Amino acid sequence: MKSTLTYRQALALALEKEMEADSSVFVFGLDVPDHKRIFGSTAGLLEKFGPKRCFGTPLSEEAMTGVALGAAISGLRPVHVHIRVDFMLLGMNQIVNMISSLRYMTGGKLKIPLVIRAVIGRGWGQSAQHSKSLHGVFAHFPGLKVVLPTTPQDAYSLLRSSIRDENPVIFIEHRWLYDVQGTVDDQQKIPLGPPALLREGDAITVLCTSWMAIEAMKAAEVLAKRGVEMEVVNVRTIAPLQDEELIASVMKTGHCIVADYDWAFCGFSAELAARVSHACLGQLKQPVERLGFAHVPCPTTRPLENAFYPSAVGIIRAAERMLGLQESDLGRESFYSYEQRFKGPF
Amino acid sequence: MLPKASGLISVKPPSINGNSTLSREEMLLLYRQLLLARLCEERIRQEYAKDEMKTPVHLGIGQEAIPVGVCHCLPKGTRSFGTYRNHALYLTLTNDTDGFFGEIYGKVTGPGKGKAGSMHISSPEAGLMATSAVVATTIPVAVGAALANQYQGKDGLVVSFFGDGAVEEGVFWESLNFACLHRLRILFVCEDNGLAIHTPTAQRQGFRSIPEAVQPYECYVANADGANLPLVIESARQLLSRMHADPKPAFLHCTYFRFLEHVGPQEDFQVGYRRRPTSEEFEHLDPLLRFEKFLREKECPAEEVLRTRQGVEKQIDQSVRTAREAPFAPPAELYTDLLV
Repeated sequence: MKSTLTYRQALALALEKEMEADSSVFVFGLDVPDHKRIFGSTAGLLEKFGPKRCFGTPLSEEAMTGVALGAAISGLRPVHVHIRVDFMLLGMNQIVNMISSLRYMTGGKLKIPLVIRAVIGRGWGQSAQHSKSLHGVFAHFPGLKVVLPTTPQDAYSLLRSSIRDENPVIFIEHRWLYDVQGTVDDQQKIPLGPPALLREGDAITVLCTSWMAIEAMKAAEVLAKRGVEMEVVNVRTIAPLQDEELIASVMKTGHCIVADYDWAFCGFSAELAARVSHACLGQLKQPVERLGFAHVPCPTTRPLENAFYPSAVGIIRAAERMLGLQESDLGRESFYSYEQRFKGPF
Repeated sequence: MLPKASGLISVKPPSINGNSTLSREEMLLLYRQLLLARLCEERIRQEYAKDEMKTPVHLGIGQEAIPVGVCHCLPKGTRSFGTYRNHALYLTLTNDTDGFFGEIYGKVTGPGKGKAGSMHISSPEAGLMATSAVVATTIPVAVGAALANQYQGKDGLVVSFFGDGAVEEGVFWESLNFACLHRLRILFVCEDNGLAIHTPTAQRQGFRSIPEAVQPYECYVANADGANLPLVIESARQLLSRMHADPKPAFLHCTYFRFLEHVGPQEDFQVGYRRRPTSEEFEHLDPLLRFEKFLREKECPAEEVLRTRQGVEKQIDQSVRTAREAPFAPPAELYTDLLV
């Protein structure tokens, strides 16, 4: 069945469907069953499945992460939720020393089907400790899958695939995407792995993650007005990375911008740039460009925060430089901000 | 006794006397398990200098009666989690000396195909789910396994073994809190040798004692001299029967003396952070000597004791030979067992 859903509704529906389908799935984390329900993404679960399968926890991130692992190797499929991904750092010992490694250390005897969902914060002074994404950090460790859905359909289908996966999956959701509407087909399956082609073009490829896919689409819309067709490829599963379609796109356009929602230094954007540069060396007309956070902690005040984040404007300017075009006048364009977020539809 | 700063903690007088009835078969089985752990580790000590066992070894000579005693009390199907000082636990639960030495020699015949080594050896099929080198990391995982039992309506038990240093990690208290909050059927076993590597308790803990610190939580607490195997068994049994009557977590605090260095096959009394026990203290601290004395007191026939020892020695000889001859994992194994 197809319906128009917001990203938050798509997440809640995916959880509901998986909990209906499999009694071993449960959802837990601080404030998961409270009146706000993790920005609505766990709405309805407590009422439908009861406190045994949807429950809040003490403020004990490391222990709760270990509890998820213990449950996962005991035949359950836990979904552990963090309101901000920054708090996952308190569970890093379990994620890195245990969850990512335990199957390997047991010679493949244990399966670890668990999902850790976490929300990236942004805007209205989220500052240094409520704004990180960390996907590159998680992807660095072998043994973890890392997923960053951008559209409501991806949120729905990839969360269902993550819960059904027999491996640990880190599932990272950008807070600004929660209000985005789109058509969701509840029968559509999307496997972990392949990227999504969001827009076809022949002039330049943008490889983007999470919210940067929205910024890239905006940039593509602006550039199209002057006849520059940008290809937008959304990398939804960053680990394990399937790069064939990314490389094929750059082979076609000969230009590549990587727009990652993270710091560029030692980040996932460097991995993408290295792969594309290696695979497309003879075809690249310009060196690969990378856009990411400014290399400082995220500041609170709006003018500095605006300068901190990569944006559609940055993508447009990079594209113009790479293609040898004059800078276009963007004065009449409107771009996204905390107050004016993209709401869809896709 | 040695002073507290030397790596020993005085044991409170227990309310139980360690005189519960053990059948002759049980006594011989327990003796076999103690001896298996001890002689496997003594064998590692003999062989280690050959540099064929390329894995750090945290030997548990002095500790053996705790895992042997606790495991003796566990109902079938219990799942256990341990630490890097895990040899006695592994051997007691599996009796698998082929797998044990295979893993120690890094061979494909080990339970982790050589990917685990001494510090991470496990046997999920025998109920030893995981062991870990980073202190306290398996404690919350054990709690998660206990939560799964409750979720699935199983009355199975989970045991979490850890050292006294783990109690200084925040995750221990997080885990204890959650287990007590949900009244999970989990037995926490603190194997307390009074040392975190080389740092004694007096330089680490700002509270009077571990059992006292745990006491306010909604769980059962008991102490035992970890060198006294019958006492460990009686304490564990008492806790398990209380857990059975009214499910709540339990905490068993066992003291023991670590005879060797933190890691490696040697004694380290000469370096000066603790003194060598006198021969009289030695007899009191060594769980094997203590249990052999117990067997004599219980008039267990000497020839059966000897036969047990000979059987264990033969088993170890055979397993060491097999492990040394076994192949290493082929290079392609590097990339297997990561993801399903």
